[in-house]
Amino acid sequence: MKKLFWRTGIIFFTLMFMISCAAVETVTTIATDVGVQSGAITKSQGESIRKSTQAVSKSMEDFTPEQEYYIGRSVGAVVLGKYKPLSDAKVNAYLNLLGQTLAMASDMPELFGGYHFLVLDSDDINAFATPGGHIFVTRGLIRCCRTEDALAAVLAHEIGHVQLRHGMKAIEKGRVTEALTILAQESAKSFGSEDVIKLTKEFGGAISDITNTMINNGYSRSYEYQADAASATILKRIGYNPGALIDMLNVMARQMKPGGNDFAKTHPSPQSRIAELKDSGIELTLADPPAARKERFIKAAGHLL
Amino acid sequence: MFRYISMVICLAFLSVLFLNGAAVAQKIMSVQVREGQLRATPSHLGKIVAKTSYGDRVTVLEERGAWEKVSIAGGKFQGWMHNTALTSKKIALKAGQGNVSTSVTGDEIALAGKGFSEEVETQYRKSNKNLDYTWIDWMEAIDISSEQMEHFITSGYLSQDAQGGKP
Repeated sequence: MKKLFWRTGIIFFTLMFMISCAAVETVTTIATDVGVQSGAITKSQGESIRKSTQAVSKSMEDFTPEQEYYIGRSVGAVVLGKYKPLSDAKVNAYLNLLGQTLAMASDMPELFGGYHFLVLDSDDINAFATPGGHIFVTRGLIRCCRTEDALAAVLAHEIGHVQLRHGMKAIEKGRVTEALTILAQESAKSFGSEDVIKLTKEFGGAISDITNTMINNGYSRSYEYQADAASATILKRIGYNPGALIDMLNVMARQMKPGGNDFAKTHPSPQSRIAELKDSGIELTLADPPAARKERFIKAAGHLL
Repeated sequence: MFRYISMVICLAFLSVLFLNGAAVAQKIMSVQVREGQLRATPSHLGKIVAKTSYGDRVTVLEERGAWEKVSIAGGKFQGWMHNTALTSKKIALKAGQGNVSTSVTGDEIALAGKGFSEEVETQYRKSNKNLDYTWIDWMEAIDISSEQMEHFITSGYLSQDAQGGKP
């Protein structure tokens, strides 16, 4: 009899636990409703309690891919305000073929609007990736690549920034909470023009946060090392030689102008990136790419080198 | 008496388990990309058998690594989709539409066209007239087919079975 009692108890508590997990938010809603009705708190106080319970769980993950896409478009437009695009259909088509093939082997193969690549007409050594999958590479950076494998390493590094959400993480925390709170509060009804104005303010702020980080200050060193590691993984998965990343960095080290307003300012030195890669234990032997790969690289991008 | 109570509780417990089991068998997910593809094989090089749109609900039939075999349109089409194109949230295309009640939470439902959206971009562009989106639209229009990609892979001696997704 005693045994049965315990068994019943255990089953009962398991059940209660299962139910309670799903009920926390409902309980908050009911509690605040009761509070309002009994006059213990005002309606707006009730609202703000509800707001703050919801705000706690707000994080980057709550931005939909669609929202990241729209952030990406505007970040891209700011980049194109600083750098002119290279109007060269052939090299851009090749870059997209290479880049989209790499993206397919990344941790995040699908984005709301997919991955898209564009060459920037500049001698600076620079590249940018928006949270929406718009990836830009300067002519100066393409000149650091002697093979398709090396160019693949550059593009895969940028894809790494996208899959690791580095751009989104550059948005100030307060702004993330604010934007998601407006959204949570207003999601059920149609947006008024006031909400759109409030959201646009946060949107503009988010664009500034990201572009300031990408163009002026650079990500943290650890983010760059993470993107390098992601690049090596993608290269390996698809059959490129991850050692090409080292080759590209060695050329970059020779071509980079100290004090330049590009990777020289925003990235760890090529030497420290090489050292970090070697420490990571990733296999990085240098091998000559197959002739067919060499040919198509020269055919598509040779005139830029 | 105890026996009776414990039997009732056990039955309740079993029914909860059973319901959960049924929910797994009928896992429904939503397409979270603008255009999703159902492929004949679990690979980005697989032949496209059908297309889905943002917010479409798909029934998951089978999982293989990062790929989900799904059916759409009441089972009319079946094919493989990569799990990064899907979300377990329900995507509501308009506020107030369908099942979107007034107590919607972000954990269960994502609203399409809300938050940082086309509407917000339009508003942002009004006050940033110096920004030019022509090249953004141009680069987004570049379309690479699975056939082009497959040819690029084989002619470049790359791996046919490279798989993306979180390991």
